[in-house]
Amino acid sequence: MSLKGKHLIDPNDFTLEELDEIFDLSEKIIKDKEAYNSICNGKILGALFYEPSTRTRLSFESAMLRMGGRVLGFSDATHSSVAKGESVADTIRVLSSYADIVVMRHPKEGAPRLASQYANVPIINGGDGGHQHPTQTLADLLTIRVLKGSIEGNKIAFCGDLKFGRTVHSLIKTLSRYSGNKFILVSPNELRLPKYLKNMLIKNGNIDIYETEDLESVIEEIDILYMTRIQKERFFNEADYVRLKDSYILTRNKLNNAKSDMIVMHPLPRVNEISYDLDEDERAVYFTQARFGIYTRMALMSLLLGVI
Amino acid sequence: MLKVDSIHYGIVIDHITPGKGKKIFDKLNLGEVNYPVVLLRNVSSSKLGKKDIIKIENKIDVDMTMLGLIDPNITINIVENDEIIKKMKVEIPNIVQGLFKCKNPRCISNSEENVKPLFRLVKSNGTIEYCCEYCEEWTTYSL
Repeated sequence: MSLKGKHLIDPNDFTLEELDEIFDLSEKIIKDKEAYNSICNGKILGALFYEPSTRTRLSFESAMLRMGGRVLGFSDATHSSVAKGESVADTIRVLSSYADIVVMRHPKEGAPRLASQYANVPIINGGDGGHQHPTQTLADLLTIRVLKGSIEGNKIAFCGDLKFGRTVHSLIKTLSRYSGNKFILVSPNELRLPKYLKNMLIKNGNIDIYETEDLESVIEEIDILYMTRIQKERFFNEADYVRLKDSYILTRNKLNNAKSDMIVMHPLPRVNEISYDLDEDERAVYFTQARFGIYTRMALMSLLLGVI
Repeated sequence: MLKVDSIHYGIVIDHITPGKGKKIFDKLNLGEVNYPVVLLRNVSSSKLGKKDIIKIENKIDVDMTMLGLIDPNITINIVENDEIIKKMKVEIPNIVQGLFKCKNPRCISNSEENVKPLFRLVKSNGTIEYCCEYCEEWTTYSL
Protein backbone atom coordinates (compact mmCIF):
# COMPACT_ATOMS: atom_id res chain seq x y z
CA MET A 1 0.00 0.00 0.00
CA SER A 2 1.46 3.33 -1.01
CA LEU A 3 -0.06 6.77 -1.24
CA LYS A 4 2.88 8.10 -3.26
CA GLY A 5 1.76 10.08 -6.29
CA LYS A 6 -1.96 9.92 -5.45
CA HIS A 7 -4.34 12.88 -5.45
CA LEU A 8 -6.69 13.74 -2.60
CA ILE A 9 -9.75 15.33 -4.18
CA ASP A 10 -12.52 13.55 -2.31
CA PRO A 11 -12.19 11.74 1.03
CA ASN A 12 -13.41 8.59 -0.73
CA ASP A 13 -10.26 8.62 -2.88
CA PHE A 14 -8.54 6.83 0.00
CA THR A 15 -9.37 3.49 1.54
CA LEU A 16 -9.94 3.27 5.29
CA GLU A 17 -6.53 1.55 5.56
CA GLU A 18 -4.90 4.49 3.77
CA LEU A 19 -6.67 6.92 6.10
CA ASP A 20 -5.37 4.90 9.04
CA GLU A 21 -1.86 5.17 7.63
CA ILE A 22 -2.22 8.98 7.64
CA PHE A 23 -3.55 9.02 11.20
CA ASP A 24 -0.85 6.64 12.46
CA LEU A 25 1.82 8.88 10.98
CA SER A 26 0.10 12.03 12.31
CA GLU A 27 0.25 10.60 15.83
CA LYS A 28 3.93 9.73 15.40
CA ILE A 29 4.62 13.30 14.28
CA ILE A 30 2.74 14.69 17.30
CA LYS A 31 4.95 12.58 19.58
CA ASP A 32 8.26 13.51 17.96
CA LYS A 33 8.06 16.57 15.72
CA GLU A 34 11.84 16.99 15.48
CA ALA A 35 12.21 13.66 13.73
CA TYR A 36 10.29 14.98 10.72
CA ASN A 37 11.76 18.48 10.35
CA SER A 38 13.84 17.79 7.26
CA ILE A 39 12.01 15.03 5.42
CA CYS A 40 10.82 17.46 2.71
CA ASN A 41 14.18 19.14 2.07
CA GLY A 42 14.23 20.26 -1.55
CA LYS A 43 10.48 19.80 -2.02
CA ILE A 44 8.17 22.63 -3.08
CA LEU A 45 4.47 22.98 -2.26
CA GLY A 46 2.44 24.96 -4.82
CA ALA A 47 -0.36 26.69 -2.92
CA LEU A 48 -3.04 27.86 -5.36
CA PHE A 49 -5.70 29.71 -3.42
CA TYR A 50 -8.29 31.13 -5.80
CA GLU A 51 -10.44 32.33 -2.93
CA PRO A 52 -9.62 33.70 0.52
CA SER A 53 -8.28 31.34 3.14
CA THR A 54 -6.33 31.94 6.29
CA ARG A 55 -6.41 28.74 8.23
CA THR A 56 -6.11 26.16 5.49
CA ARG A 57 -3.44 28.06 3.54
CA LEU A 58 -1.31 28.84 6.58
CA SER A 59 -1.80 25.33 7.91
CA PHE A 60 -0.47 23.86 4.65
CA GLU A 61 2.39 26.35 4.53
CA SER A 62 3.29 25.67 8.15
CA ALA A 63 3.12 21.92 7.55
CA MET A 64 5.53 22.11 4.59
CA LEU A 65 7.91 24.51 6.36
CA ARG A 66 7.97 22.27 9.44
CA MET A 67 9.17 19.43 7.21
CA GLY A 68 11.97 21.50 5.67
CA GLY A 69 10.26 22.17 2.34
CA ARG A 70 9.37 25.44 0.64
CA VAL A 71 6.16 27.04 -0.60
CA LEU A 72 5.18 29.09 -3.63
CA GLY A 73 1.83 30.17 -4.95
CA PHE A 74 -0.84 32.82 -4.65
CA SER A 75 -3.55 33.63 -2.17
CA ASP A 76 -5.54 36.01 -4.29
CA ALA A 77 -6.58 35.06 -7.81
CA THR A 78 -7.02 38.70 -8.84
CA HIS A 79 -3.24 39.10 -8.83
CA SER A 80 -2.41 36.03 -10.88
CA SER A 81 -2.73 34.90 -14.49
CA VAL A 82 -6.21 33.67 -13.54
CA ALA A 83 -7.32 37.30 -13.65
CA LYS A 84 -6.25 37.33 -17.31
CA GLY A 85 -8.62 34.45 -17.98
CA GLU A 86 -6.26 31.47 -17.80
CA SER A 87 -8.04 28.13 -17.40
CA VAL A 88 -7.52 25.79 -14.46
CA ALA A 89 -6.16 23.19 -16.88
CA ASP A 90 -3.45 25.51 -18.24
CA THR A 91 -2.50 26.86 -14.81
CA ILE A 92 -2.04 23.38 -13.40
CA ARG A 93 -0.09 22.10 -16.41
CA VAL A 94 2.45 24.88 -15.85
CA LEU A 95 2.48 24.69 -12.04
CA SER A 96 3.13 20.96 -12.23
CA SER A 97 6.64 21.77 -13.37
CA TYR A 98 7.18 24.42 -10.68
CA ALA A 99 6.10 22.39 -7.64
CA ASP A 100 6.31 18.81 -6.36
CA ILE A 101 2.83 18.83 -4.84
CA VAL A 102 -0.07 21.25 -5.17
CA VAL A 103 -2.90 22.29 -2.88
CA MET A 104 -5.78 24.07 -4.58
CA ARG A 105 -8.69 26.01 -3.15
CA HIS A 106 -11.23 27.14 -5.71
CA PRO A 107 -14.72 28.70 -5.56
CA LYS A 108 -15.97 26.42 -8.35
CA GLU A 109 -17.04 22.94 -7.33
CA GLY A 110 -15.03 20.20 -9.01
CA ALA A 111 -12.09 22.47 -9.95
CA PRO A 112 -9.50 20.33 -8.09
CA ARG A 113 -10.90 17.20 -9.81
CA LEU A 114 -10.39 18.93 -13.14
CA ALA A 115 -6.86 19.99 -12.10
CA SER A 116 -5.99 16.40 -11.19
CA GLN A 117 -6.78 15.34 -14.76
CA TYR A 118 -4.03 17.61 -16.10
CA ALA A 119 -1.42 17.45 -13.33
CA ASN A 120 1.61 15.21 -13.10
CA VAL A 121 2.16 15.92 -9.41
CA PRO A 122 -0.22 15.10 -6.52
CA ILE A 123 -3.16 17.52 -6.22
CA ILE A 124 -4.80 18.13 -2.86
CA ASN A 125 -8.25 19.66 -2.67
CA GLY A 126 -8.03 22.55 -0.20
CA GLY A 127 -11.76 23.22 -0.49
CA ASP A 128 -13.90 23.59 -3.62
CA GLY A 129 -16.92 25.88 -3.32
CA GLY A 130 -19.58 24.32 -1.11
CA HIS A 131 -18.56 20.83 -2.19
CA GLN A 132 -15.72 19.09 -0.32
CA HIS A 133 -12.85 19.85 2.04
CA PRO A 134 -11.07 16.52 2.54
CA THR A 135 -8.04 17.75 4.49
CA GLN A 136 -10.34 19.30 7.10
CA THR A 137 -11.87 15.83 7.32
CA LEU A 138 -8.45 14.37 8.09
CA ALA A 139 -8.06 16.82 10.98
CA ASP A 140 -11.61 16.08 12.14
CA LEU A 141 -11.13 12.32 12.06
CA LEU A 142 -7.82 12.46 13.90
CA THR A 143 -9.50 14.60 16.57
CA ILE A 144 -12.28 12.03 16.95
CA ARG A 145 -9.82 9.11 16.97
CA VAL A 146 -7.61 10.68 19.63
CA LEU A 147 -10.27 12.25 21.85
CA LYS A 148 -13.09 9.71 21.53
CA GLY A 149 -10.87 6.65 21.16
CA SER A 150 -12.52 5.43 17.96
CA ILE A 151 -13.96 6.72 14.70
CA GLU A 152 -16.65 4.01 14.92
CA GLY A 153 -19.84 3.79 16.93
CA ASN A 154 -20.43 7.47 17.67
CA LYS A 155 -23.59 9.53 17.50
CA ILE A 156 -22.63 12.70 15.67
CA ALA A 157 -24.78 15.81 15.32
CA PHE A 158 -23.97 18.27 12.55
CA CYS A 159 -25.43 21.68 13.26
CA GLY A 160 -25.78 24.86 11.18
CA ASP A 161 -25.24 25.28 7.47
CA LEU A 162 -25.36 21.74 6.16
CA LYS A 163 -26.18 22.87 2.63
CA PHE A 164 -23.07 24.89 1.85
CA GLY A 165 -20.77 23.60 4.61
CA ARG A 166 -18.20 21.63 2.64
CA THR A 167 -16.49 20.39 5.81
CA VAL A 168 -19.75 18.70 6.76
CA HIS A 169 -20.09 17.12 3.33
CA SER A 170 -16.62 15.59 3.43
CA LEU A 171 -16.85 14.47 7.04
CA ILE A 172 -20.26 12.83 6.92
CA LYS A 173 -19.35 11.05 3.70
CA THR A 174 -16.26 9.62 5.35
CA LEU A 175 -17.81 8.85 8.73
CA SER A 176 -20.55 6.89 6.97
CA ARG A 177 -17.87 4.44 5.82
CA TYR A 178 -17.02 3.56 9.42
CA SER A 179 -19.36 1.14 11.17
CA GLY A 180 -21.86 2.02 13.86
CA ASN A 181 -21.98 5.79 13.44
CA LYS A 182 -25.36 7.53 13.70
CA PHE A 183 -26.08 11.00 12.40
CA ILE A 184 -28.32 13.81 13.58
CA LEU A 185 -28.65 16.68 11.12
CA VAL A 186 -29.65 19.96 12.78
CA SER A 187 -30.31 22.86 10.42
CA PRO A 188 -32.90 25.37 9.27
CA ASN A 189 -35.06 23.90 6.54
CA GLU A 190 -33.31 26.01 3.86
CA LEU A 191 -29.85 24.80 4.86
CA ARG A 192 -30.40 21.06 4.95
CA LEU A 193 -27.83 18.59 3.66
CA PRO A 194 -27.93 18.54 -0.19
CA LYS A 195 -30.24 15.93 -1.66
CA TYR A 196 -27.46 14.36 -3.72
CA LEU A 197 -25.40 13.72 -0.61
CA LYS A 198 -28.29 12.33 1.42
CA ASN A 199 -29.23 10.05 -1.49
CA MET A 200 -25.64 8.89 -1.75
CA LEU A 201 -25.44 8.09 1.96
CA ILE A 202 -28.70 6.19 1.91
CA LYS A 203 -27.81 4.37 -1.31
CA ASN A 204 -24.41 3.27 -0.04
CA GLY A 205 -25.52 1.54 3.08
CA ASN A 206 -27.56 1.18 6.17
CA ILE A 207 -27.14 4.74 7.42
CA ASP A 208 -29.02 6.02 10.44
CA ILE A 209 -29.97 9.69 9.82
CA TYR A 210 -32.35 11.85 11.85
CA GLU A 211 -33.15 15.43 10.84
CA THR A 212 -34.39 18.17 13.13
CA GLU A 213 -34.31 21.95 13.48
CA ASP A 214 -34.09 21.78 17.28
CA LEU A 215 -30.61 21.23 18.74
CA GLU A 216 -31.69 21.26 22.38
CA SER A 217 -34.11 18.37 21.87
CA VAL A 218 -31.23 16.04 20.92
CA ILE A 219 -28.32 17.48 22.92
CA GLU A 220 -28.30 14.82 25.62
CA GLU A 221 -27.81 11.88 23.25
CA ILE A 222 -24.89 13.28 21.24
CA ASP A 223 -21.27 12.02 21.44
CA ILE A 224 -19.87 14.59 19.01
CA LEU A 225 -21.39 17.97 18.16
CA TYR A 226 -19.99 19.42 14.93
CA MET A 227 -20.94 23.09 14.73
CA THR A 228 -20.63 25.07 11.50
CA ARG A 229 -20.72 28.68 10.41
CA ILE A 230 -23.50 29.89 8.13
CA GLN A 231 -21.56 30.28 4.85
CA LYS A 232 -22.21 33.93 3.96
CA GLU A 233 -20.10 33.77 0.80
CA ARG A 234 -22.25 31.01 -0.75
CA PHE A 235 -25.55 32.89 -0.52
CA PHE A 236 -26.84 34.54 -3.67
CA ASN A 237 -29.14 36.72 -1.56
CA GLU A 238 -27.94 38.84 1.39
CA ALA A 239 -31.44 38.94 2.93
CA ASP A 240 -31.50 35.13 3.23
CA TYR A 241 -28.13 35.19 5.00
CA VAL A 242 -29.26 37.84 7.48
CA ARG A 243 -32.42 35.86 8.24
CA LEU A 244 -30.54 32.61 8.88
CA LYS A 245 -27.22 33.70 10.35
CA ASP A 246 -28.28 33.50 13.99
CA SER A 247 -30.15 30.20 13.69
CA TYR A 248 -27.92 28.42 16.20
CA ILE A 249 -25.81 30.02 18.91
CA LEU A 250 -24.23 27.50 21.24
CA THR A 251 -23.60 28.74 24.78
CA ARG A 252 -22.18 26.91 27.77
CA ASN A 253 -25.65 26.78 29.37
CA LYS A 254 -27.01 24.86 26.43
CA LEU A 255 -24.58 22.04 27.22
CA ASN A 256 -26.03 21.50 30.70
CA ASN A 257 -27.86 18.38 29.59
CA ALA A 258 -25.10 17.14 27.30
CA LYS A 259 -22.90 14.13 28.10
CA SER A 260 -19.83 14.94 30.17
CA ASP A 261 -17.54 13.30 27.58
CA MET A 262 -19.26 14.81 24.56
CA ILE A 263 -16.95 16.92 22.38
CA VAL A 264 -17.80 20.11 20.49
CA MET A 265 -15.97 20.49 17.18
CA HIS A 266 -15.89 23.35 14.68
CA PRO A 267 -13.79 23.70 11.51
CA LEU A 268 -13.28 27.41 12.29
CA PRO A 269 -13.44 30.30 11.69
CA ARG A 270 -16.47 30.86 13.90
CA VAL A 271 -18.63 33.94 13.69
CA ASN A 272 -21.15 33.83 16.54
CA GLU A 273 -22.42 30.25 16.46
CA ILE A 274 -20.27 29.29 19.46
CA SER A 275 -20.12 31.82 22.28
CA TYR A 276 -16.73 32.57 23.82
CA ASP A 277 -17.83 31.30 27.26
CA LEU A 278 -17.79 27.77 25.83
CA ASP A 279 -14.04 27.96 25.14
CA GLU A 280 -13.36 27.29 28.83
CA ASP A 281 -15.41 24.10 28.82
CA GLU A 282 -13.19 21.03 28.40
CA ARG A 283 -15.67 19.63 25.88
CA ALA A 284 -14.76 22.44 23.47
CA VAL A 285 -12.01 20.89 21.32
CA TYR A 286 -11.98 23.11 18.22
CA PHE A 287 -8.55 24.60 18.87
CA THR A 288 -7.07 21.13 19.34
CA GLN A 289 -8.81 20.18 16.10
CA ALA A 290 -7.14 23.11 14.28
CA ARG A 291 -3.74 22.11 15.71
CA PHE A 292 -4.22 18.53 14.54
CA GLY A 293 -4.78 19.95 11.03
CA ILE A 294 -1.08 20.77 10.79
CA TYR A 295 -0.03 17.23 11.67
CA THR A 296 -2.50 15.51 9.35
CA ARG A 297 -1.34 17.79 6.51
CA MET A 298 2.29 16.98 7.28
CA ALA A 299 1.48 13.27 7.25
CA LEU A 300 -0.58 13.58 4.06
CA MET A 301 2.03 15.53 2.10
CA SER A 302 4.93 13.35 3.17
CA LEU A 303 3.03 10.21 2.14
CA LEU A 304 1.89 11.65 -1.21
CA LEU A 305 5.45 12.78 -1.91
CA GLY A 306 6.78 9.38 -0.91
CA VAL A 307 9.47 10.83 1.36
CA ILE A 308 8.61 8.60 4.28
CA MET B 1 -52.12 2.07 -46.29
CA LEU B 2 -48.82 3.90 -46.64
CA LYS B 3 -46.13 1.77 -48.28
CA VAL B 4 -42.41 2.44 -47.93
CA ASP B 5 -39.78 0.31 -49.61
CA SER B 6 -37.48 -1.72 -47.42
CA ILE B 7 -33.87 -0.68 -47.47
CA HIS B 8 -31.10 -2.64 -49.14
CA TYR B 9 -28.10 -1.48 -47.14
CA GLY B 10 -28.26 0.75 -44.08
CA ILE B 11 -29.90 1.25 -40.71
CA VAL B 12 -33.45 1.05 -39.40
CA ILE B 13 -34.15 2.78 -36.11
CA ASP B 14 -37.25 1.01 -34.88
CA HIS B 15 -39.64 1.10 -31.90
CA ILE B 16 -39.24 4.83 -31.41
CA THR B 17 -41.82 6.19 -28.99
CA PRO B 18 -44.40 8.12 -31.08
CA GLY B 19 -43.40 11.77 -31.29
CA LYS B 20 -39.70 11.23 -30.70
CA GLY B 21 -38.83 10.28 -34.27
CA LYS B 22 -38.55 13.91 -35.40
CA LYS B 23 -36.19 14.74 -32.52
CA ILE B 24 -33.89 11.84 -33.43
CA PHE B 25 -34.13 12.73 -37.13
CA ASP B 26 -32.96 16.26 -36.30
CA LYS B 27 -30.25 15.17 -33.84
CA LEU B 28 -28.74 12.89 -36.50
CA ASN B 29 -28.90 15.78 -39.00
CA LEU B 30 -30.80 13.55 -41.44
CA GLY B 31 -32.45 16.56 -43.05
CA GLU B 32 -29.06 17.58 -44.45
CA VAL B 33 -27.91 14.30 -46.03
CA ASN B 34 -27.91 13.32 -49.74
CA TYR B 35 -28.77 9.60 -49.41
CA PRO B 36 -32.33 8.27 -48.99
CA VAL B 37 -33.84 8.62 -45.52
CA VAL B 38 -37.40 8.33 -44.33
CA LEU B 39 -39.15 9.21 -41.08
CA LEU B 40 -42.37 7.31 -40.45
CA ARG B 41 -44.60 8.58 -37.67
CA ASN B 42 -47.44 6.88 -35.80
CA VAL B 43 -47.00 3.53 -37.55
CA SER B 44 -49.03 0.65 -36.07
CA SER B 45 -47.05 -1.54 -33.70
CA SER B 46 -48.10 -4.78 -32.01
CA LYS B 47 -45.72 -4.00 -29.13
CA LEU B 48 -46.26 -0.28 -28.61
CA GLY B 49 -49.62 0.37 -30.26
CA LYS B 50 -47.97 3.10 -32.30
CA LYS B 51 -44.35 3.88 -33.05
CA ASP B 52 -42.06 6.03 -35.16
CA ILE B 53 -39.45 4.51 -37.49
CA ILE B 54 -36.44 6.01 -39.26
CA LYS B 55 -34.92 4.24 -42.26
CA ILE B 56 -31.51 5.30 -43.50
CA GLU B 57 -30.17 3.93 -46.81
CA ASN B 58 -26.57 4.25 -45.69
CA LYS B 59 -24.41 2.97 -42.83
CA ILE B 60 -23.73 5.95 -40.61
CA ASP B 61 -22.30 6.24 -37.14
CA VAL B 62 -25.20 6.64 -34.75
CA ASP B 63 -24.52 7.92 -31.28
CA MET B 64 -26.06 5.19 -29.12
CA THR B 65 -25.55 7.29 -25.98
CA MET B 66 -27.56 10.13 -27.43
CA LEU B 67 -30.30 7.76 -28.67
CA GLY B 68 -30.44 6.09 -25.25
CA LEU B 69 -31.00 9.45 -23.64
CA ILE B 70 -33.81 10.39 -26.01
CA ASP B 71 -35.58 7.04 -26.03
CA PRO B 72 -34.30 3.86 -24.34
CA ASN B 73 -37.02 1.77 -26.09
CA ILE B 74 -35.33 2.00 -29.48
CA THR B 75 -34.07 -0.97 -31.50
CA ILE B 76 -31.35 -0.48 -34.12
CA ASN B 77 -31.33 -2.86 -37.08
CA ILE B 78 -28.31 -3.06 -39.36
CA VAL B 79 -29.31 -4.13 -42.86
CA GLU B 80 -27.12 -5.62 -45.57
CA ASN B 81 -28.38 -7.14 -48.83
CA ASP B 82 -32.01 -6.66 -47.72
CA GLU B 83 -31.43 -8.68 -44.54
CA ILE B 84 -31.11 -7.64 -40.92
CA ILE B 85 -27.63 -8.81 -39.97
CA LYS B 86 -27.56 -7.27 -36.50
CA LYS B 87 -30.12 -6.04 -33.95
CA MET B 88 -29.14 -3.76 -31.08
CA LYS B 89 -31.17 -2.55 -28.12
CA VAL B 90 -30.48 0.96 -27.00
CA GLU B 91 -30.09 1.41 -23.27
CA ILE B 92 -30.06 4.35 -20.90
CA PRO B 93 -26.35 5.17 -20.92
CA ASN B 94 -24.29 4.74 -17.75
CA ILE B 95 -21.82 7.44 -18.74
CA VAL B 96 -22.74 10.60 -20.65
CA GLN B 97 -20.24 13.20 -21.75
CA GLY B 98 -20.96 16.55 -23.31
CA LEU B 99 -24.63 16.02 -24.12
CA PHE B 100 -26.17 18.18 -21.39
CA LYS B 101 -25.04 20.60 -18.73
CA CYS B 102 -24.74 20.25 -14.99
CA LYS B 103 -27.59 22.06 -13.25
CA ASN B 104 -25.26 23.36 -10.51
CA PRO B 105 -24.25 26.96 -11.38
CA ARG B 106 -21.19 26.63 -9.11
CA CYS B 107 -19.86 23.58 -10.99
CA ILE B 108 -16.51 24.02 -12.76
CA SER B 109 -17.99 22.37 -15.88
CA ASN B 110 -20.22 25.41 -16.33
CA SER B 111 -17.39 27.94 -16.26
CA GLU B 112 -14.41 26.38 -18.06
CA GLU B 113 -14.74 26.32 -21.82
CA ASN B 114 -12.66 23.20 -22.39
CA VAL B 115 -14.54 20.98 -19.92
CA LYS B 116 -17.07 18.55 -21.30
CA PRO B 117 -19.65 17.85 -18.57
CA LEU B 118 -19.33 14.20 -17.53
CA PHE B 119 -22.10 12.29 -15.78
CA ARG B 120 -22.63 8.86 -14.28
CA LEU B 121 -26.11 7.29 -14.12
CA VAL B 122 -27.25 7.00 -10.52
CA LYS B 123 -30.98 6.38 -10.83
CA SER B 124 -33.14 5.17 -13.67
CA ASN B 125 -36.23 4.18 -11.76
CA GLY B 126 -39.06 6.62 -12.38
CA THR B 127 -36.83 9.60 -13.05
CA ILE B 128 -33.44 9.37 -14.72
CA GLU B 129 -30.76 11.08 -12.65
CA TYR B 130 -27.12 11.62 -13.42
CA CYS B 131 -24.35 12.49 -10.97
CA CYS B 132 -21.82 15.07 -12.16
CA GLU B 133 -18.28 13.71 -12.00
CA TYR B 134 -16.97 17.12 -10.98
CA CYS B 135 -19.37 18.52 -8.35
CA GLU B 136 -21.49 15.39 -7.63
CA GLU B 137 -24.80 17.26 -7.95
CA TRP B 138 -27.59 15.12 -9.35
CA THR B 139 -29.15 16.36 -12.56
CA THR B 140 -32.53 14.98 -13.56
CA TYR B 141 -32.74 14.18 -17.24
CA SER B 142 -36.19 14.31 -18.82
CA LEU B 143 -36.74 12.05 -21.77
